[in-house]
Amino acid sequence: MKLLKTLTATTALCAAGSMAGAQDMADDVTMVSWGGAYQQSQINAYAEPYMEMNPEVSITWDESSNEAVAKLRAMNEAGNITWDLVDVVAADALRLCDEGLAMEVDHDELLAPAPDGTDASDDFGDLIVSDCFIPQIVYSTTFGYRTDMVPEGVDAPDDICDVFDTETYPGMRSLEQRPINNMEWALLCDGVAKEDVYDVLATDEGQDQALAKLDTIKDSVIWWSAGADTPQLLADGEVFMGSTYNGRLFSAIVEQNQPIGMMWDAQVFDLDGWIIPTGLSDERLARVEDFLYFATDTQRLADQAKYISYGPARASSAPLVSTHAELGIEMAPHMPTDPENSKNTFLYNYEFWADYRDDIDAKFQAWLAQ
Amino acid sequence: MSALTVNVGRPSLLTFTMPIVAVLGGCFGFITGNIFGQPGLGFVIGALVGAVLAAALAKAPKLNRRKAAWGTAALFGLVGLVFGGVGGLIGGAVVGLSMGWFAVWIGSGQYRAGVPIYYTAGQTLWHNVFLFICAFVFFFLIAPLIPVMWLSFNAQNFFTFTPEMLAFKAEGYSLKHYRDFFSGGGHPLQGLLYGAVVGAVIGGLVQLLPNAERSVRKIVVFAIIGTLIGVVVGKMWGVSGAEWMTPLKNSLIIAPFATLISVSLGTLAAIGLSQTHVPGRQAIMAIMISPMIVPLIISATGMFFFYAPLGNWLQANLGLNQNFVGYLKVILAHAVLGVPFVIITVTATLVGFDKSLTRAAANMGANPVTTFFRVQMPLILPGVISGGLFAFITSFDEVVVVLFVGSAQQQTLPWQMFTGLREQISPTILAAATILVTISVCLLTTVELLRRRSERLRGMSPG
Amino acid sequence: MSDSTDTGPVLAADGSPLKQSLARALRREKMRALALIAPLLLFVVLTFIIPILSMLFRSVENQIVSDTMPGTVAAIQDWEAGTGEAPDELVFQHLFIDLFNASEAKEHTKLGTRLNYEQTGLSSLFRTSGRRLDDIGETYQDPLEEIDPAFEEADFWYSMMNGEGGEGLLEERRDMWNAQIGGGMDGDVGFVPSSAMIDMLPWTTTAYTDWAIWAAIEDEDVVAEEEPWEAVYGALGMDLRNPETAAAIAAYDGPGAEQLQAAVANMDQLPQIGFREAFAEMDEDWLDPEVWDTIAVYSPRFTSGYFLTAVDLKLSAEGVTAQPEDRQLYIKLFNRTLFMSLVITGSCILLGYPVAWLLANLPLRTANVLMILVLLPFWTSLLVRTSAWKVLLQQQGVINEILVWLGFVDDANRLILMNNQTGTIIAMTHILLPFMILPLYSVMKTIDPSYLRAAKSLGATNFVAFWRVYFPQSVPGIGAGSILVFILSIGYYITPEIVGGTDGVFISNRIAYHISSSLNWGLAAALGSILLVVVLVLYWLYDRIVGIDNVKLGG
Repeated sequence: MKLLKTLTATTALCAAGSMAGAQDMADDVTMVSWGGAYQQSQINAYAEPYMEMNPEVSITWDESSNEAVAKLRAMNEAGNITWDLVDVVAADALRLCDEGLAMEVDHDELLAPAPDGTDASDDFGDLIVSDCFIPQIVYSTTFGYRTDMVPEGVDAPDDICDVFDTETYPGMRSLEQRPINNMEWALLCDGVAKEDVYDVLATDEGQDQALAKLDTIKDSVIWWSAGADTPQLLADGEVFMGSTYNGRLFSAIVEQNQPIGMMWDAQVFDLDGWIIPTGLSDERLARVEDFLYFATDTQRLADQAKYISYGPARASSAPLVSTHAELGIEMAPHMPTDPENSKNTFLYNYEFWADYRDDIDAKFQAWLAQ
Repeated sequence: MSALTVNVGRPSLLTFTMPIVAVLGGCFGFITGNIFGQPGLGFVIGALVGAVLAAALAKAPKLNRRKAAWGTAALFGLVGLVFGGVGGLIGGAVVGLSMGWFAVWIGSGQYRAGVPIYYTAGQTLWHNVFLFICAFVFFFLIAPLIPVMWLSFNAQNFFTFTPEMLAFKAEGYSLKHYRDFFSGGGHPLQGLLYGAVVGAVIGGLVQLLPNAERSVRKIVVFAIIGTLIGVVVGKMWGVSGAEWMTPLKNSLIIAPFATLISVSLGTLAAIGLSQTHVPGRQAIMAIMISPMIVPLIISATGMFFFYAPLGNWLQANLGLNQNFVGYLKVILAHAVLGVPFVIITVTATLVGFDKSLTRAAANMGANPVTTFFRVQMPLILPGVISGGLFAFITSFDEVVVVLFVGSAQQQTLPWQMFTGLREQISPTILAAATILVTISVCLLTTVELLRRRSERLRGMSPG
Repeated sequence: MSDSTDTGPVLAADGSPLKQSLARALRREKMRALALIAPLLLFVVLTFIIPILSMLFRSVENQIVSDTMPGTVAAIQDWEAGTGEAPDELVFQHLFIDLFNASEAKEHTKLGTRLNYEQTGLSSLFRTSGRRLDDIGETYQDPLEEIDPAFEEADFWYSMMNGEGGEGLLEERRDMWNAQIGGGMDGDVGFVPSSAMIDMLPWTTTAYTDWAIWAAIEDEDVVAEEEPWEAVYGALGMDLRNPETAAAIAAYDGPGAEQLQAAVANMDQLPQIGFREAFAEMDEDWLDPEVWDTIAVYSPRFTSGYFLTAVDLKLSAEGVTAQPEDRQLYIKLFNRTLFMSLVITGSCILLGYPVAWLLANLPLRTANVLMILVLLPFWTSLLVRTSAWKVLLQQQGVINEILVWLGFVDDANRLILMNNQTGTIIAMTHILLPFMILPLYSVMKTIDPSYLRAAKSLGATNFVAFWRVYFPQSVPGIGAGSILVFILSIGYYITPEIVGGTDGVFISNRIAYHISSSLNWGLAAALGSILLVVVLVLYWLYDRIVGIDNVKLGG
């Protein structure tokens, strides 16, 4: 009985809430993000300040960014969009935009200009990779290694090809269970020049070449599929080195004091940002736009870097990046965009992977199953 | 068991007890010696210790098994502590416990207690080996839960046994994951008070019913149940946005309603199916069992495409609230998944149901509804309850379907565990699991008590 | 015996013949049983069976190709696949119109994604081409507007195209839009194509009608006030190139006659290349016959393609062929799933049988307490049990640590118990063991122990008595448990995902991947259907051998 009351009480509350705000903006917002430290940084940097300014708003977080494309497509087919704002990686944003599942936006109209008056689209610059995509952060996929497992008399790994060198650096590696990034790294370490990588990878021979290179370390690889895997494997000492998002490694090294080192060589830059699903009602859209204007301004993006080591997507935010909110250390040297870290970087090729993803993936999975 | 058991007296010490205990000691010695790289030497010393222990325990005045085992454990643990620190203490205690118990068990002839007197030595050996195999399987079933509970007290944010934990140092342990789990909102104390009062009042009112037996015990029982429910409801009341309490609240809303639907519809259908003449019985049964056999991932996507437009329709045409529709969808989906369990358990109970009882009731003028609630229901209640518990746990532990059918407002506990495992491996999940295991033990004990009660009611003697 | 009154039918108490009365009672009983069953049956059928069937229907569904490119698909029927030549101009003209509409509706990328499952590169071909179609249209629009500025005016187009008698075409094109974007294009367009124009300028009228419907309903504009989109100019170019049309225009004197005649007179200002070349200039892949083979093969509304892919075959212009060897995956996965499920079932029997025997032969109270040990893991969250196994099995995990500490395993060569088949088998055996023990236990409970005693007293040894007397009676329990465990294990996906690594994963993981990552739902549905058929066959066997009513869960 009490449970029934709880149910009806919450229902009544929500009904009352949505009626009050119906004239202009919806008050219940569902945001989709990745969970973990990243979502926490978003809550700290934008969601909580926003809710302080607008106490009538309540935000529900859905940690479904991983399968955002599938779920949005299904929601769209079923005609029932329950999400208001979705945090996705750029590649997914492109796909959603292509399929008409994400709304095209006018960045200058929707987003705040930089403090010096620069238009938003210039402030974000090239990072606006799609008309639907509102960038938040630049992150990178890179390697971490156990500092206490480096063999004696050998330097710590500082070259991407050390991943493929099991003679000098014995031990397991963890790589993501998908071809993206792994194929590029394999080709780079098999003598292909950086600028030719995607041309080579577009051919059957190139794909075979990459897989053959990966074959040399296949027995010492644990394949991960969730962002939390590699830090856990490194903390357990299950692997000597592993690829993951740089923010995860930062949190393991600095916040959890694990004996892990960063290897920035050939880190792959990627973007993460918001998209607005198509088909929102007017008042929901109004609320989302109001939130976005606030959440993507220069100060908010710089604030986010207090909590996680991802670079803000606005050029004007970079000088405002300060110290870690709890530990008080300088954040700039931990950013993937720091000049010291970005000597040799790689850019995720959105066009290429949009085309070749299915095909190479079929090959990759067949190779894994052998 | 009514098998004839005769105490055959103590077996020969020199030719039986000592060699056998020595072999066990030798095995332990071999393992211990192996740690120091001296397995052979370890074996010899272990065998000697075993033989001496067997002799000592046999000559000692009448000791019962438990005392002997704990005594040996203490002795061995002390030796272990001297040589190997805390690890040695535990290892020594475990070895001592098993050796001491084994020596008395063998030495006093209790090893024949479970077998008939005419069994040969080989048959007795086999019988005991068999028991050991079973013990191993039980260990296999339960053992994985131990590290879960242990790690839930980890002071670190990883699923890793830290050196501090293994050395049993206080700084390796913390209750922070439990604090994380329980953090957020709620008024458990008010809930407790209200629950206790409401429970006691209901307990008092029940006694005013005609034909009720009157006792103070009933008031106390109702008050305790009310307190428990009150604490939970109070804690859940008004929670929103809490990382674990909100999902727990959602699970506690969804699972009971889903169970209610599958139990009520399932029981009716099971009664229908148990009638003598049911056309297309096999086909109907197959359809009703199908939610159990279709791979979950297929069910989940299929249901998603069905429930989303259904939800839209309900919102548009009946003016229902979006949040309410969200719960409704998950509840319906979980109810379907629970149906096979109810059907299976209730039809199984109905097989043993004596139909002449309903006829007798009808003869005496009871209408079908009265017959059902006063005659049939009390007798098949154990089956209904156990089916209901299975349905409940199906909903409470279900992650794939809710991921597809639910929206973020309906995030359940398994959903939170799933995303937690994927995005931020944190021992809070293990704390949640430990709490759930504790609740499971309580539920299972309740079921067992209910079963015994129903047997008493049915006049069967408890075995 | 000789009483003649008894020769008539036996009567029931109410005077009706007994046979009838019995039949009525039987019918009433049947009705009552059905009435009790009906609510649940309806509930399960509505909320479960229908959704599953509609999901599985996606495995053959292929409407997207013919819905998005109806003209092209119709025109391509005359082209012969496998000839090594791309189709002719006519097909490309249809392609232009279809693709233009699709890109306005943002449907062309979906089609590209769909076809990309069959041939790599089609996704980007459709996406980039969709962006550049405006340019092709403009190559006609600009010169036409130079020839006569009236071509820019909404009014000119509307007065020329609007008329009567073209309701058929209007409805046909409306259906096309509805099929393409899934409905919602009903309503007043405020325009009816004139039948004269349909005869004289068929391409242009069609393109204008397409635009008019889109503008009136989707963009909520007034048709008479808007300039049409570029495709209409391209379509006019197609019409003008037809010699018969030129003759008809010369004889035409309705609205816009002057401008049309001017356009005919200045044909040399219009692009001199056809649409085939225009497409080829945009992307030379459009002349690749393989692209057209793929489109032709996948143009029917229903396809066996997904099912063929699910068994490592491929539908191509030459018929059904095998996938290239480095892409053969699914047969292997099905085999592995079946094999590992068998191993898991086998180990469940091995571990479950003794325990079930013990439980069945112990006093009830003890057995029930031990039963809690069986049920406890069963009731602990699946996710938690799986992560527990992860903690136990990994190389730095509990089992390896203990073995290393005891000196049985060298620190450098720790056992690899996880991220392979061993891990999946151990964890899933643990998870499914209760499903074996419970049915076995309920069958063994019914075996009378006196049979065993009788066999022994007749001189059988323990083993013979067990093997010849007890075991055969427990076979139904083994059957029930095995099929339950087997069915459940081939559908599992979370446990293999977490502890299975690469060679310990099942076909369900692949289904989940196609549903949530690659979005190839047709293939997921095909794989799921195959899996479901296997399960149904097993279920049928189960029912034949044991009978589904004989499953019991718990005491």
